[in-house]
Amino acid sequence: MEAFLFIPCLVEHVLPQVGEATTAVLVRAGLTPVLPKGQTCCGQFAYKRGRADLVRPLARRFVEIFQDAPVVVCPSGSCTAMVRRYPSLFAEDDPFREQAAHVAAKTFELGQFLVERLGLTDLGARWDLTAALHGSCQTTRVLGAGSATEALLAKVAGLTLVPLARPERCCGFGGAFSIDYPEASEAIVAEKIDDIVASGAEAVITAEPSCLLNIASAMAKRDLPIRALHLAEVLAGEGI
Amino acid sequence: MTKTAHDFAKASAKALGDRQSRAILHKAIGHIRVLRQRSVNAMPDFAERQARAVAVRDKTLAKLPELLEKLEASVTAVGGRVHYAETAETAATLVARILSERGAKLVVKGKSMVSEEMGLNEVLEAAGIEAVETDLGEYIIQLAGQRPSHILAPALHVSKEQVSDLFARKFGRTSTDIPEMTRIARDSLRQKFLAADAGITGCNIAIAETGTVTVLENEGNIRLSGSCPPIHIALMTLEKVVETLADAAVVLDILPPAATGQTLPVHLSFFTGARREGERDGPREMHLVILDNGRSDILADPKLRSILRCIRCGACLNVCPVYQSVGGHAYGTVYPGPMGSVISPLLKDNPGDPRQPFACTHCAACSEACPAGIDHPALLQELRRRVSETETDLPVAAFSLLARHPLLFGGAAAVGRLFDPKLREVAAVAPDAPVGRFLRCREFPGLARPFSRRFKALARRLKRLQGGRA
Ligand code: SF4
Repeated sequence: MEAFLFIPCLVEHVLPQVGEATTAVLVRAGLTPVLPKGQTCCGQFAYKRGRADLVRPLARRFVEIFQDAPVVVCPSGSCTAMVRRYPSLFAEDDPFREQAAHVAAKTFELGQFLVERLGLTDLGARWDLTAALHGSCQTTRVLGAGSATEALLAKVAGLTLVPLARPERCCGFGGAFSIDYPEASEAIVAEKIDDIVASGAEAVITAEPSCLLNIASAMAKRDLPIRALHLAEVLAGEGI
Repeated sequence: MTKTAHDFAKASAKALGDRQSRAILHKAIGHIRVLRQRSVNAMPDFAERQARAVAVRDKTLAKLPELLEKLEASVTAVGGRVHYAETAETAATLVARILSERGAKLVVKGKSMVSEEMGLNEVLEAAGIEAVETDLGEYIIQLAGQRPSHILAPALHVSKEQVSDLFARKFGRTSTDIPEMTRIARDSLRQKFLAADAGITGCNIAIAETGTVTVLENEGNIRLSGSCPPIHIALMTLEKVVETLADAAVVLDILPPAATGQTLPVHLSFFTGARREGERDGPREMHLVILDNGRSDILADPKLRSILRCIRCGACLNVCPVYQSVGGHAYGTVYPGPMGSVISPLLKDNPGDPRQPFACTHCAACSEACPAGIDHPALLQELRRRVSETETDLPVAAFSLLARHPLLFGGAAAVGRLFDPKLREVAAVAPDAPVGRFLRCREFPGLARPFSRRFKALARRLKRLQGGRA
């Protein structure tokens, strides 16, 4: 079966390794990944700024691009959540609403797709690593894909997960929030990192590229020798 | 950006600089959260109780005007008087007038966020009436000349040691032993209860069928304020009513566990009217002031109405990463945290920073914790939409425009890559600009060669590998 890749702009331009790992994981799951041309951004940034009007044209483009896909897979909980919201951006009597709902219904976050659609948890990956899991708010609370992430990580050979004191706590990124309120954002990510350091983990794993970027760049500033990995990278195994 | 009296961004940045306050806040909230979790865990049917409470709140809102009329009739029937106030200011003036007309000079108050919303203490002071807070937390705040920082625990941001210093200054007597400190406060307050001309209390739930005002507390001071002095004035906002005693019980089933992790608080008082013929105690006069301050407009707004389900348990504050970091004062409003970010901008008097709804990471911890089933992120989103409609957001508009044209979007990224190493310098040159402040704690990650350019070759290689393995 073909799986159409929805690669968020952040992954395309800043974290391409996450896209690569996602491709590898899908191939390993027996699928043929397809990358349709012309995709850019799901519009989440504009949405969170309260500008649904600026998201609508992006939603239309997205729906056109992915209309005929058998399934759409995305390595981001928040971008998937955005696509799931597309129908609500159009009026009840707008025929486009139904089209948007059709595409939204077949768009999945990577982990949720593997576990809930394919029934796969063991992808044969191996990582000799002690890691902490940061369950991103959008992936866990908003999308409800947190247990899929956990189920997948549980089957990675060699991986030891150590608990965080506050695993449920936000990392403070929140898209525009971190730019509009940088001091508050800094304080929140600082706590997340303190928690990670205290856990004794060698790496932190998350299924959300924005959290990954936020945590990784703040750890880099502190020169911490802790890796930040996306779920897809872990599932793809060491050295793809 | 609209000019506002209060700027959350500035106030929060300042609050974050105060390490000591942050540490106190953290410890205190962490403690409440643990208590709450423990009590919710101990109630396997919490979700059902919660669903029942949400149903009661929705039923109430659906027939609110009718219930308020019923409440008024019942209160009147038991010898009380009901007053409606459209705005916070008119409410405060009304209370001051009732008191002045009766020659009241000293008033004891039980904790009430509504009186904070009215700015009542200042208005009373201007009218020459001394108002003494009797809730320990609120009393501490009053002695310190501050404002509450949490809707439930007003002195959450103050440490035991700070209170001890304050007591030493104010009473010449002090301790860091909690029971002893309580005793010091009580010695000073007891005389006030006996001498007070009137008592003012809040109201957690008003019961329409009986005309009863219900308050929950752990110290007994609200009970004394409402029963000791000859006049009792209870303050409520209009959505606090429920229809029947049974409905009140349903709300009481979840409020204390969600708030403080208790099954029931130490004191649960039901004030029903004034002293009747042949009764030996209770106030001779009872007034119920019902404040609107923008709430009837919220009620009429189907997209925002659900915020009126709020039962003021404070759970959303205790889990909010923003509130936990900046504390209640940064909000500059009576109601902080997620519930405050929704309700404050909608109030008529003292609405606070209209951009407050943007100060949220969308983590949804609030809606998960809320026993009233309020979807704060959705409500905040709606408020953001309304604010954004009236302004141009150039960066977002430009980004959206680029994103509509893949070639331009890719081109912009390519240009960005060209300047990549320079971006860090931009941040260094403009450390106070948003980018500079954003990068103060973050290492600029850099723009990579786009994934789409690598995809084809990668997919081919992977297929080959996979084929070889199969
Ligand atoms: S919004 Fe919900 S959680 Fe917050 S105070 Fe109100 S009832 Fe409690």
